[in-house]
Amino acid sequence: MSLQFVVNKPRGPLGWWILAPIVGITVGLLWWSAIGTNLSISGFVAGLPWIADFIDRMLPPNFAFMQRLIRPAIETVQIALWGTLLGIVLALPICFFAARNLTPHGWVFHALRQVLNVMRGINEIILALIFVAAVGLGPFAGVLAIAVHGAGMLGKFFAEAIEEIDEGPLDALRAAGAGTLQRIVFGVLPQVLPAWIGVVLYRFETNIRVSTVLGMVGAGGIGFELISSMKLFAYEDTAACVLVILALVLLADLISSKLRAMIR
Amino acid sequence: MIEIRGLAKSYGDHQALKDVTLSIRPGEFVVVLGPSGAGKSTLLRCINRLVEPSAGEIMVDGTSLSSNRRDLRLLRRNVAMIFQQHNLVKRLSVLKNVLVGRMADLSPILSSLQLFPEADVRIAHHCLEQVAMSHKARSRADALSGGEQQRVGIARALAQQPKFMLADEPVASLDPKTSRTVLTYLKQSCKESNIAVLCNLHQIDYALEFAERVVGLSAGEVVYDGPPDGVSGDIIRRIYPGLDDPNVLDAAQRLTERRRAAEAVIAAAAANPGSIGERA
Repeated sequence: MSLQFVVNKPRGPLGWWILAPIVGITVGLLWWSAIGTNLSISGFVAGLPWIADFIDRMLPPNFAFMQRLIRPAIETVQIALWGTLLGIVLALPICFFAARNLTPHGWVFHALRQVLNVMRGINEIILALIFVAAVGLGPFAGVLAIAVHGAGMLGKFFAEAIEEIDEGPLDALRAAGAGTLQRIVFGVLPQVLPAWIGVVLYRFETNIRVSTVLGMVGAGGIGFELISSMKLFAYEDTAACVLVILALVLLADLISSKLRAMIR
Repeated sequence: MIEIRGLAKSYGDHQALKDVTLSIRPGEFVVVLGPSGAGKSTLLRCINRLVEPSAGEIMVDGTSLSSNRRDLRLLRRNVAMIFQQHNLVKRLSVLKNVLVGRMADLSPILSSLQLFPEADVRIAHHCLEQVAMSHKARSRADALSGGEQQRVGIARALAQQPKFMLADEPVASLDPKTSRTVLTYLKQSCKESNIAVLCNLHQIDYALEFAERVVGLSAGEVVYDGPPDGVSGDIIRRIYPGLDDPNVLDAAQRLTERRRAAEAVIAAAAANPGSIGERA
């Protein structure tokens, strides 16, 4: 069997030599980052027994402890539910003006996209720390943190769905003399609703995952049990927490993918 | 009576429309012929100001309508539009798509809550009957065939109860049989309600068959405005510069001659009613 190497020579005057700087810069960057992060294979190998020791202490999981996790687990789901809902409420009024095809002015579009970027740019844990300071320890701070971060993401995806609609029906509504509200309700919403529902379900799934760790900074949910069991070196309890979190995440994933399949 | 005076539109250096002046009588069925890029769509979209014209005036019943909010609303209430791609909202029911035609007069809040006055729902049903689509009122728009969707598009335009209807290549994406059906419904229902129609077409044969008046547009200018009988091979060549397809020119010539002959027969019969039996 004879093989032939079928690859076009890179365009430009440098030809194959263009690869030299690309490879050089990539290797350099990764080397530099490896030093910065103390990357070390020997360190990892030396740590393996300790990881085994940690897992050993976690086993067997304390199943009796799970009974005490039911309430925090339910609270976690409740945080995700209200966090998602408030995120939608925050995103809705923004998204129409943050869509290139509906925005009244270019600068409104750019300004709102930046607002959404800022909301999305701050991690939920950091937002939770801020809201714990504002409204005190507890799940409500978690709800607010998830709502703000989620609104940033939902607003962006809602707006992008609006940008992808067929503008023909909007022309038809305009030609029929329909007002702005009517154009949105009858021209935009029917077209974006399936995409929006998909995004919301995906966001809900993500929010379940996020709200399992919010408790670490005192913003409610199962994360609080996780962190306190570790601080007490009760690793069997920690294992129980991890199992419950895993079950929550898998369940959320299953339900949302089933629902998303139903819309299509 | 719709009057268009000195309508012009330019995109940068490109002049899509140059000084178009037309007046259309109530109930008249006018077909605009012209090659792609001649400005047919631009003409129609400038009339209802989906595209803002660079110059010119649109007058409805002697009132000049500018582009301020109130005039625009008045203009669009009186001028309905039919699109090549139907432009129905696919996920809404046929009935609701037709109700879109009523929206200019409906409360934005109530209609957004899906509440419509019974009188308007009756009008929508009646318009669906006019295009023989009332049996599909509850279907979703995307469940219909192309021809059916266009008939719903006509019903939506009729529901506006307009004085004037713009049809932008309404049959360009339909097969010949469906095209004929759709054009027949369009002409018939507009005659019933005395609505004037300005219809862009690509098909010369349909134009000659359905039009009461033909407007030939070439490079943004009106090069012919008259009865379909007058559309000779020379006129076709003027509308479509560079067209040298003997088949098309021949067909147009023959169609026109046949039409003239048929009209002569009718005229003779009208002048001499006694002889109609002999002729038959």
